Formats: sequence, C-alpha cells, structure tokens
Amino acid sequence: MSDVLIEVKHLNFYYGSVKVLKDINLNVEKNNITALIGPSGCGKTTFLRCFNRMHDLYKGNRYEGEILLNGENLLKTQDLIALRSKVGMVFQKPTPFPMSIFDNVAYGLKLKGIKKKSEVEDIVERSLMQAALWDEVKDKLSSPATSLSGGQQQRLVIARALAVEPDIILFDEPTSALDPIATAKIEELLTHLKDITTILIVTHNMQQAARVSEYTAFMFQGELIEFDRTEKIFTNPREELTEKYITGRFG
Amino acid sequence: MRIEKKRKIKNYIALSLATLTAIIGLFWLVFILTSILIKGLSAINLSLFLNDPAPPGIPGGGLRCAFIGQLIITILACIIGVPIGVLGGTFLAEYGRNNKLSGLVSALADMMTSFPSIVVGVFVYTLVVRPMGHFSGYAGALALAIIMIPIILRTTEETLKLIPWELREAAFALGAPYYLVIKDVVYRGAATGLFTGIMLSIARVAVETAPLLFTSFNNSFLTLNPNQPMPSLTVTIYQYAMGPYPDWHRLAWGASFVIVIFVLLFNIAGRFFIKKRLKK
Repeated sequence: MSDVLIEVKHLNFYYGSVKVLKDINLNVEKNNITALIGPSGCGKTTFLRCFNRMHDLYKGNRYEGEILLNGENLLKTQDLIALRSKVGMVFQKPTPFPMSIFDNVAYGLKLKGIKKKSEVEDIVERSLMQAALWDEVKDKLSSPATSLSGGQQQRLVIARALAVEPDIILFDEPTSALDPIATAKIEELLTHLKDITTILIVTHNMQQAARVSEYTAFMFQGELIEFDRTEKIFTNPREELTEKYITGRFG
Repeated sequence: MRIEKKRKIKNYIALSLATLTAIIGLFWLVFILTSILIKGLSAINLSLFLNDPAPPGIPGGGLRCAFIGQLIITILACIIGVPIGVLGGTFLAEYGRNNKLSGLVSALADMMTSFPSIVVGVFVYTLVVRPMGHFSGYAGALALAIIMIPIILRTTEETLKLIPWELREAAFALGAPYYLVIKDVVYRGAATGLFTGIMLSIARVAVETAPLLFTSFNNSFLTLNPNQPMPSLTVTIYQYAMGPYPDWHRLAWGASFVIVIFVLLFNIAGRFFIKKRLKK
C-alpha cells in the first residue's frame, strides 16, 4: 500500500578511523513515520545526520554504501543545497533564527531563490498552518521568533522546514527540550504531517516511538538490530536484545 | 567567645581598609572629572566650535579645526579598522575556529590591545610619514586603525562564539552556504555585540594622543584634506595645555570637557547594548 521513499544499502560511517555505523540496511516508507530508537551512543543520531550529509561540515568523516532517494545516491551528490531542500531537519533544541517569525519561515524560500512577494506570503501562511502555529502567530508575524515559547519555536522550525516542501524531514529528538503539553502538541502534529511528507525521527522516549510511528528501527552499538512495523517491535520483537531494551532491562 | 571577637575585629579592619581604598580611588576620579567639568564648562561657548584658533591675545578663538580634524581622522580609522577587525574576528570564530594559527592570532591580538600606543605611532611614522615626507591625517587614521583592529577582532570573535553552534547547523540544514549562514544568522544574532565592540574601540582611540603626535601631528588651520597634517583634539590639548597663554589653557579645558563627555556617552551606550544583549 505504500512506496519506499529511501533505501539505505550497506551504509557504513566512520569518524576518522572509528567505524560508528556498521552495514545498515533499511527502507523508509513514503508518508509514514519511522522511529529510530536505541540507547545513548548507539549511533541513531549519527545515522540520521547521514541523510542530509550534516557530517560533511566536519573533517575526517567518511561514508560508505548508499542512501537512495528516488534512485539518487545522497552520499554521492555534489549539490548539498539541493539535497538539503529535499531533506529537511529539526533539531533537539528549537533553533529559531534571530529574525522575525515571517522571515524564519521564508528563509528556505530565499535560499531557493523564490522572491515573488505574494508567493512567499502564501507559502509562509500555508507552512504555519501545516505546523499548527498559524492561529497563534498570524497577528505578530513581524515579531522576533525568539519571543515565542519553546514549543511554539519548535513548531516554527517545523514550519520553516515544511516551507521548502521536502520529501522527508529528519527529527532529532524534537521534544526532549519541551514540557509534556508542548510535546503532546508536537506529537499530534507529526501524525498529521505524514500526509504531506515523510518523517524519520530519533527519540529517546520509547512511548513516543510507540505512539507516533508506523515503523521502528532499534539500533545498538552502531548496528541495526531490528527493523519492523512498530507494533511488532513493541509486542513481539524478533531479537532478544530488542525485547530487553523495550522492556527497560538495559539502556 | 574569644575567637568570635577576634573575627569581628578582623572583619572590621578588612572592611575599613576596603572602604578606605575605594574612597581613595574614587576621590581622584571625582576630582579629575569635576575639575574638567567646572573648568571645561566655563570654556564652552559657540566660538569654541565655530572659530579656528586666533593668535594669542585676540579673543574669540576656537578649535573648529581640531573638532573637524578629529572627526575625519576617526572616521577614516573606522573605515580601515572596522572591516578588517570584523572580518578577521569572523575568520577566527568561524572558518578558522579549529585552526591552531587562530589561537595564536587571538592571543597576539589580546596582547596588542594593551600595546603602548606610542609604539604604534612610531611604527606608522617610519612606515608612512617618513616615506611620504610629511605628517598627514591618513597616517593618523592608520595609527588609530592599528589600535582599533585587535579590539574589534577580539570582541567580534567572542561575540560570534556566543551564538550557539546548533543555530548554524540549522541554517546549514536548510541548504545555506557558510557565507550566508554567517551573514543572515550569525551576524544578526551577534549584531548588538558587534556594534558594542566597535563603539568601545572608537571610544578608546578617540582619546589617543601619542600615536597622533607622530603621524597627523597638528595644524592650526582648518583642513579637509587628510593628506596634510591634521589637527586633533588630543594633540591640541597636549600643545595648548603646555603653552604659556591663559587663552590656550581655556581652550584645552574646553576640548578636554568635550572629549570626556564623548567617551562617557560612548561607554554608556556600549554598556546599554551589552545589557540589552544579555537580556535577550
């Protein structure tokens, strides 16, 4: 019923000479939420940051294998700017830029060269609506983004990512800096967002993975231990290690 | 009981000493400021700003040429010093942040900020004034710029480093190239800090005398050409205060007053911006 958006094939990743991701194979289904879980240091964030080549910012990192998006190997692409408009990212701490709410959402459009004022305004409004923030900010679009609360800032950042219509958005523990109410809002938002995009989310919170995702990948020490439908992982995991982790016996 | 009494006495002595030294320090500050205010204020009138120096004995002389000269030299110094300082600081905090050389440059710039300014004056004298064959406003501006650069460099570096790295990553993740990340995100976030650094560096060089003595020297006529010797407030104060005429002393007091007020305002403005930044 659903299509594969991204195929990860034999992915290895090295920090210098240290191999931190070991032969990872996984398919990301379109218009679904895929959660990455595992104990601290298992490589889930490192894995996530391969999809938009964030590791390229730092010296001495090396990728092997393939991450195929519509048949194109993201690990070989030269045009990182185009790649990053196809693969959005939302970070752990909200990262509003020091500019107005409107300019924050419009920033990706500016980078893409979309200048027509009416078009930009339409996209900003649409993105803020999709991020369930429009009603709260529509009267103060020119206020600084830093005046928003933490949860609002995180939804603003999601709107900013949505504005460039990415194929997939990567979420790196997007709720770990938020209170429970703001977290609930973001989780609800995520389940709506899968209608318009695809989501890959790293989370420390296993209940969150169980609540929002269709697929769950369990990682341990740089390896993908198990990848399956979420209900299968949480009710009847194939691997003993997975069961130990989700029942809280380690990690 | 006895030990408590001893402690009380020690406490009393420490407190008295601290208060006394604070008063001694403050006394001189207040003394200098009030005498400048009192003597300077009486020298302030329109002719101070509107007229050029008159020969001794003839009333109505002013320091228009020194005010304008100071302004031109300071603006030229900013034109040279601000871009170099800001861009250099940007390199240290951004492109070269993991570079060993950057650490060395930072340390050297720190040393430069407490470098004797007279040495800068002599340096520019040998480098520019001697080959040109005459004193000039350009040379004065260059000397002041050399003093400004390490100050702006370091404040820029420190301010940019305060911007969280995640913010840059977020901009990279949207597909921004590094120069746009710096221009749109980092500079914007650091704007008040950058501005404060520039203001404080201007306040610092506006009171320099020694480097100007060797470079722009002085001139009792109005000139708008920085290729000529140019009068400045500080050098004028130096020469007039040493001179034998009461008129000159009066003008020196007036110029001192203006310069002190200027520095005071710049520092207050600088502090205001720092506070504003910390609040955010």
